[in-house]
Amino acid sequence: MTNKIVLGLVLGGILGILDGLTAWFTPEVRNQLMGIVFGSTLKGIIAGVLIGVFARKVNSLPLGIVFGLAVGAFLAWLVANFMQHGYYLEIMLPGAMVGLIVGYATQKYGASTQLQRT
Amino acid sequence: MKFLTDPVVARLQAEMRTPDLSGTRYRTVKFLGQGGMGVVWLAEDRVLERSVALKVLSAESSSAALAARLMQEAIVLARLEHPGIVPVHDAGTLPDGRTFYCMKHVEGQTLDRHIERLPLRQRLQLFQRVAEPLAFAHSRGIIHRDLKPRNIMVGPFGEVLIMDWGLAKVMSAGDPSPAAGQVSGQAPTRDASGAPSVEALASEKSPTAHGAVLGTPGFMSPEQERGDISMIDQRTDVFALGAILQSMLEEQPGSPPARALRAICGKAMSAEIAARYASVEKMSADVGRYLDGMPVSAYRENLVERTVRLVSRNRVAVVLILAYLFMRLLFILFSRH
Repeated sequence: MTNKIVLGLVLGGILGILDGLTAWFTPEVRNQLMGIVFGSTLKGIIAGVLIGVFARKVNSLPLGIVFGLAVGAFLAWLVANFMQHGYYLEIMLPGAMVGLIVGYATQKYGASTQLQRT
Repeated sequence: MKFLTDPVVARLQAEMRTPDLSGTRYRTVKFLGQGGMGVVWLAEDRVLERSVALKVLSAESSSAALAARLMQEAIVLARLEHPGIVPVHDAGTLPDGRTFYCMKHVEGQTLDRHIERLPLRQRLQLFQRVAEPLAFAHSRGIIHRDLKPRNIMVGPFGEVLIMDWGLAKVMSAGDPSPAAGQVSGQAPTRDASGAPSVEALASEKSPTAHGAVLGTPGFMSPEQERGDISMIDQRTDVFALGAILQSMLEEQPGSPPARALRAICGKAMSAEIAARYASVEKMSADVGRYLDGMPVSAYRENLVERTVRLVSRNRVAVVLILAYLFMRLLFILFSRH
């Protein structure tokens, strides 16, 4: 079974790419698409790893979802506030949603036990 | 000449049926039921002040061979110390010469009555609990040979007990399909503690001759129906378990059982012994996989069935992803206007 951190990293990365690609539908930012996809993917990966580490330490579905939601929303807020200077709803809502999905997935799936060296 | 009236005859028959417990620690309380060779009484153990069940050889069918079979049943039960197998407390011969053994009095319902109001999931979980003591018995080389819902009791706390080991077969060690060795008219050899060893029982000459049919129709495997004793092994009990599972599914109100479950029954009840599950554990594991939303070994599902199973297994994740996609769609639509 996949490690929870790896699961968070992969899932956060994939959802981050998809999240960034949807910027293509907003004509005003279409010329910045590559930068948005890159930033969104990086944000997804960071969120995924943090949520995966949390899932490995804390075994609780509600807490995992709340933590994922909070991390996703916070990272999205950083992007909206310091990089995009606006588009709060368009960036923070999907970001929080991605965090929520990763939070749920890392609690529900993935191996939490660490292999011990003998 | 005066003839006895029917009530008088019935009374005399009841008196004859009542075991003579004088001089023993037991006192009969009430008649519980009658099996093929024995009568079961609820009794009181006056020394330990507790209720027990006494299985006594019935007066009409008393013979050396049946007495040995009843004693064999007690010995087999005594060897099978497991929470799912009714424990034996005592065994011997009553003052009237009848063989008996004393066991725990099990309160509860038979499996067929217990499952009447249970939903499918709980029925399957119960089935898995039935498999546990059976797997234990098989690991000790003992085949039940008469499994059916009426021989399985479910206690008030949900505990499962397999009853009536009167037809049990003791397998020879290391022999996957040994000759029968279950009942003998002679006293079995004894181990260091003075008790007959299971190995000794297995090696004894069997009165269950080749061609003798033992079991219950509907739950009896083809090899049992043929009286082919040499072919009987743990897969004989797998067949009966398949029939039990099928009866548990048939009594389920509402929608018909899933194809995967029907396939599990079909595999367990295969006429070909080699096509059945190799062990009770493997069958129980397949039922467990069904409960966990995993594919079962007995059934190859098509793409649609696989997708439906995966979606229903990961319902929340699918809903979350759909919600995310829906939200994205809304953003795209609003950004265009």
